Amino acid sequence: MRRGGRVARLLLAAAFAAPGAQAQERGIPLDQLKSGSEFLGQDLRALQADEFANPGMLWVERGAKLWREPAGKKSLACASCHKEVNMRWVAARYPRIDSRSGKLLNLEGRINLCRAQRMGAEPLRYESDELLALTAYLARQSRGAPIAVSIDGPARAHFEAGRASYNLRRGQMNLACAHCHDTNWGKRLLSETISQGHPNAYPAYRLEWQTMGSLERRMRACLSGIRAEMLPYGSQEYFDLELYLAWRAQGLPIETPGVRR
Amino acid sequence: MAARIQIPRQAKRGEVIEVRVLIQHPMETGFRHDDVGRLIKRNVINAFSCRYSGVEVFRADLSSGIAANPYLQFYTVAEASGNLEFTWIDDERVQGSERQPIAVSG
Repeated sequence: MRRGGRVARLLLAAAFAAPGAQAQERGIPLDQLKSGSEFLGQDLRALQADEFANPGMLWVERGAKLWREPAGKKSLACASCHKEVNMRWVAARYPRIDSRSGKLLNLEGRINLCRAQRMGAEPLRYESDELLALTAYLARQSRGAPIAVSIDGPARAHFEAGRASYNLRRGQMNLACAHCHDTNWGKRLLSETISQGHPNAYPAYRLEWQTMGSLERRMRACLSGIRAEMLPYGSQEYFDLELYLAWRAQGLPIETPGVRR
Repeated sequence: MAARIQIPRQAKRGEVIEVRVLIQHPMETGFRHDDVGRLIKRNVINAFSCRYSGVEVFRADLSSGIAANPYLQFYTVAEASGNLEFTWIDDERVQGSERQPIAVSG
């Protein structure tokens, strides 16, 4: 499928990128990537792997119901259009550019756009159980699929913005994401081991939250931790950062619903 | 209240079976405050019980020390085909229940 397109893109990339530039751009080489679960203790890893006891599965099950529930003016359900077979790899490809609007969308944004455009339904509120459930249900189907986002074409500008944001010092502690997650991962921050900050388990069940949360919520927690201003949910900067994070984690398998500390 | 319950569909008479229960509940401790400093009222599942064909085989009194979305795991002996009925109730008197059949042979 679209093989020609991919070859053309590769050629384009080869023509414009200096040799080795791709490798140098990476804060962590691809062969050293570690999912967040590798920084967890045995008990939490076991909980995440347990199909029954993983508390995130409560949201996945709810999402499966919502997927079939008609909503909005047109009384359509997600399942009216989408056959689940086709949803297998979807989460691993997000964030991505919506070809119609040219906007960068994460999975939550895509769900809400579908609701608005196809179903005539109200968008679901950020961090609402409904949106988390649908996102988790979708991402669950991509479990094991390696993250593979496109940063070419119109996505490039978002990617660059995301990278700039990732490397921007901010907050009272004057830290950038990179200071912890690129240069100091594996070391201790009080009782915690600093992870590489990959997005492949989200939405995830975090013990600190005692509930499911999105990647944006997790990023806000980091911002709060370095005493920086938290941007409102749905800010463009989060989408750009999400794209950069996904590119950084290229090849890591989706683990949703993850369990984190 | 959503819940997940796992028991074996079939068992031999006298076999010890594992029962696993996961209930979606915030288990609000009563010690937390909201954004404007008001105490959030305690709301936890305070009682859970499991009846096997009408006979109580397991009961738990839960309190604010239990994490959100409580997970319970216990064992009982498969005696005859029938239903395992699970009921629980929280501080706001909201009740939940589930029922799972089990087929016992031998």
